[in-house]
Amino acid sequence: MNLLAFNLPIVALLPFLAAALAAYAAKFHRYAAAWVSAFATLVALGLLVPSIGQVFEGQTLIQSWTWLDQAGLQFSFRLDGLATLFALLILGIGLLVILYARWYLSANDSMGRFFAYLMMFMGSMLGIVLSENLIQLVVFWELTSITSFLLISYWQHRKDAREGARMALAITGAGGLALLAGVLLLGHIVGSYQLSDVLASGELIRNHPLYLPTLVLILLAVFTKSAQFPFHFWLPHAMAAPTPVSAYLHSATMVKAGIFLLARFFPALSGTDAWMWLVGGAGMATLLIGAYTALFKHDLKGLLAYSTISHLGLITLLFGFGSQFAVVAAIFHIINHATFKASLFMVAGIIDHETGTRDMRKLNGLIKYMPHTAALAIIASLAMAGVPLLNGFLSKEMFFTEAVSISQGSALAWIIPALVTLAGIFSVAYSLRFVHDVFFNGEPVDLPRTPHEPPRMMKIPVDLLVILCLAVGILPMFTVAPILDLAASASLQAPTPEYSLALWHGFNLPLMMSIVALGLGALLYFNRKGLIAAYERHQHIDAKHYFQSGLHGLIWAAEWVSTRFDKSSLQNAAAWTLFASLLLSAYGFMQFSSPLFGQRPLMAVDAVSMAAAAVLIFASLFTLIWHRHRLQSLMMIGVVGLITSLAFVKFSAPDLALTQLSVEVVTIVLLLLALYFLPQTTPKETGVSRLARDALLAIASGVGVFLFTMMVLSREFSTISDFFLANSVPGGGGTNVVNVILVDFRGFDTLGEIIVLALAGLGIFAMLQGLQLQPTQRFQLTKEAHPPILQTFSRLLLPLMLLVAVFIFLRGHNLPGGGFIAGLIASVALIVVYLANGIEWTQARLKIDMHLVIGLGLLIATATGLAAILVGYPFLTSAFTHIHWPIVGDFELASAIAFDLGVFLVVVGSSVLSLVQLGKLSQSSDTSPRHSEGAK
Amino acid sequence: MEILFALSIAVMTAAGVFLTLRARTFPVVLGLSLLAYAVNLFLFAMGRLQVGLPSVINPVQGGYSDPLPQALVLTAIVIAFGMTAFLIVLALKAKAELGNDHVDGLHQAQDEMADPNPSPRASSKAKREIQS
Repeated sequence: MNLLAFNLPIVALLPFLAAALAAYAAKFHRYAAAWVSAFATLVALGLLVPSIGQVFEGQTLIQSWTWLDQAGLQFSFRLDGLATLFALLILGIGLLVILYARWYLSANDSMGRFFAYLMMFMGSMLGIVLSENLIQLVVFWELTSITSFLLISYWQHRKDAREGARMALAITGAGGLALLAGVLLLGHIVGSYQLSDVLASGELIRNHPLYLPTLVLILLAVFTKSAQFPFHFWLPHAMAAPTPVSAYLHSATMVKAGIFLLARFFPALSGTDAWMWLVGGAGMATLLIGAYTALFKHDLKGLLAYSTISHLGLITLLFGFGSQFAVVAAIFHIINHATFKASLFMVAGIIDHETGTRDMRKLNGLIKYMPHTAALAIIASLAMAGVPLLNGFLSKEMFFTEAVSISQGSALAWIIPALVTLAGIFSVAYSLRFVHDVFFNGEPVDLPRTPHEPPRMMKIPVDLLVILCLAVGILPMFTVAPILDLAASASLQAPTPEYSLALWHGFNLPLMMSIVALGLGALLYFNRKGLIAAYERHQHIDAKHYFQSGLHGLIWAAEWVSTRFDKSSLQNAAAWTLFASLLLSAYGFMQFSSPLFGQRPLMAVDAVSMAAAAVLIFASLFTLIWHRHRLQSLMMIGVVGLITSLAFVKFSAPDLALTQLSVEVVTIVLLLLALYFLPQTTPKETGVSRLARDALLAIASGVGVFLFTMMVLSREFSTISDFFLANSVPGGGGTNVVNVILVDFRGFDTLGEIIVLALAGLGIFAMLQGLQLQPTQRFQLTKEAHPPILQTFSRLLLPLMLLVAVFIFLRGHNLPGGGFIAGLIASVALIVVYLANGIEWTQARLKIDMHLVIGLGLLIATATGLAAILVGYPFLTSAFTHIHWPIVGDFELASAIAFDLGVFLVVVGSSVLSLVQLGKLSQSSDTSPRHSEGAK
Repeated sequence: MEILFALSIAVMTAAGVFLTLRARTFPVVLGLSLLAYAVNLFLFAMGRLQVGLPSVINPVQGGYSDPLPQALVLTAIVIAFGMTAFLIVLALKAKAELGNDHVDGLHQAQDEMADPNPSPRASSKAKREIQS
């Protein structure tokens, strides 16, 4: 099998595996996590690189597997030029960040957790850029939100880290929801969620009535992720993360995910006025706000954060211009920004690490203490400022060129080059501040530590990145040109336009703008003192404040709503539910136009039925009337149950009658046992108005049920049961149709039901573990807790009753009976023995663990179903045959009987387990010497 | 006969609903049991009432009662038993943990009542979470 046929999903999923391995490896050695992560990243690179050759030949690699085809979801990956560029950035810079973090993290930080988060994040990013299916892309997109939340809040003990992480999650998570909606719309328009189809349908999408909502939703995702105005405020707060995280998230990955989406969807969504205004407008605003604010930040990482915002704005603005040349420039700047910004973050981390502060008012003249680091920082900063011979200059020139060419459209458009130059001026000024304020400008002011050069290895990642800045800046044609061309043509889905990466384009307007920016920027920086003072005199909009108060408001509103409806009172909830259902049914009755009752002839009433119904009605009423005296009430409900089973006898349902009768016994015993621990009476504590309300609800429900039942019973109906009646013997091999339905036709339902019963039994067992309850009353017991007559009879009766159970079980397929009923009868038999002889006596002789019985029952039932699959039939298909036994005669053997055995065991296990556990509880409290509370 | 049957179900439902709305656990469990009886009978009646026609295949018998509602109700009876058992044990558990058998929301657990700042449940917790 060719590895290159399925390497892309492995590249994306390998980091997730590595995350688990890294967390595990950290148990053995602190640094093992870092090496595992680095190794996994190298392996992922190794898996990716062989495919890149094909991409350079102009192919788009797609590796796809069907997943949920009906939902349009494919497990599908794509490698084209754009994905190649981003995957290389993610893996390459990721590798450098791993090396850097290995030396950056202190002994107090958990290495395993850090690298596990980092690798999960890397995997999520790779998933985004390599996805061919859009829904799959959204899944990875959400994963980046979650993993970046974990990374930003890595120092969990710090309040700013927790708040920053929550803000990032709230903003980018909301964007993720918008993206999901946008992608669903896109899929609706195109009819496919595959990227190849979407990219080929640009014309269709742009002319569709849903184009604008789709665009806005996708742009919401882009703007939140890539920190575009007005969602930019989360990014500076995310600086509470460890610096390697900032270097990774805010240079090459997290914030570039939004930009990636712009590049990805460019052929599908761009080219309209809406695109130009929305994308361009947000980009321009972000560019200016970021560049302006960065100058006034005293924190090194704060400056870099706003500069990142500004550069992201620049890239967004380029996409907003919408021309092919602008896309080339944007992608070029993505590469350049990733390299110089990652190195600058790393430098900021080194300075923080070696001096103990990031405050530029304290940091001065560091060039004397750390000349190597200073050299790296100066080169990277100048790249950020856009100084010639560095990579930032080239992409900025292209940006200026594009700004000039777009302004030729209209008279007012000269404002674009002007604003862009203004941003350039501020960009130069803050870059200068990073260099001059930190490394020159006098002596440091009471630093916590005496600064010195960091460990050699910590600088190597920065060295490599800075070398890249220089190489691209001086020899663009020999370094960046091929991959840039590849990525740009993939983003455009067309050949790239004519462009030149040369350093010298002659003396033209863009160069003038660069010179103006450099000159005025320097001027601005050296007059910064007054500017900063003026800036700090003003009140500034603190987005964090609004965010927090908004959050508080939301939580308050949610609480207000829920406390209105949920008073944590079952009474209240039940009353509302009943009221709502009554309203709905009243509406239903009113919509009903045909006569209330039908024409079906009614049966005549006989005296016995009349008497039974009278008893039933009176028993129900007395259950209610005597509800304060719980024992009487319980006796009355027993009567109700018995008459109910008589009703089943009368109306041709022998199976139901048997079930109801045995259930009744078990239920009443259980409730009696429980009553031992509950108050014997209910005090009067409800007001008249509440009683009246409840009575009204009760009577209304009764009337509704009466009408509804009569409406049904007075009408003819057609049933689907003829199928069951016709096929019971030929198809299921049994004459008792009810039982055949249970164990054969609807066996799957029954399987579900016995699972519920098993869970109830186990749940009861779990709840009763270690429960401490005092009985609420002392029974005046006779001397004998277990009367000898009852004892003797119960022991004599047990085999007999079990025999009855076996009989009922075996005949169940053909005559009333079966697993449920037999199980209940066997339970009653066992419970009677327990009651008559006490739990200790019985358990000493009946050494069966009821947990095992439940488990065995479920196993048998499931295995019967699986056996059918093994011989090639659907789950739970039954088979039967007739065997001729001597003496007994013809005997039918159905596989369904094994299933019924499972049912039997689960019923016995669950009911005996519940009752015996409850019985044990009363026994243990009986022997305890303490007095009962008394509930008189 | 049908009227009598419907009347019985109606009374059981009304009594069940009234008991379900009580403020203590035991009457609520009884009420739910009554409702379960009523619902089972109601579902059963969807196959119409037939006398002397059990749905066991018998060529001599003139017809059959509808087996499908019967099969549904059979499992419903057993599940209702499971539910009642679970509920009553839950009531015991609640009594042990909370010290009372109320379900009216007015009687809180003893340790919660000791809280000097009685606040609407989670709100104070949520606020602490936000501020931290």
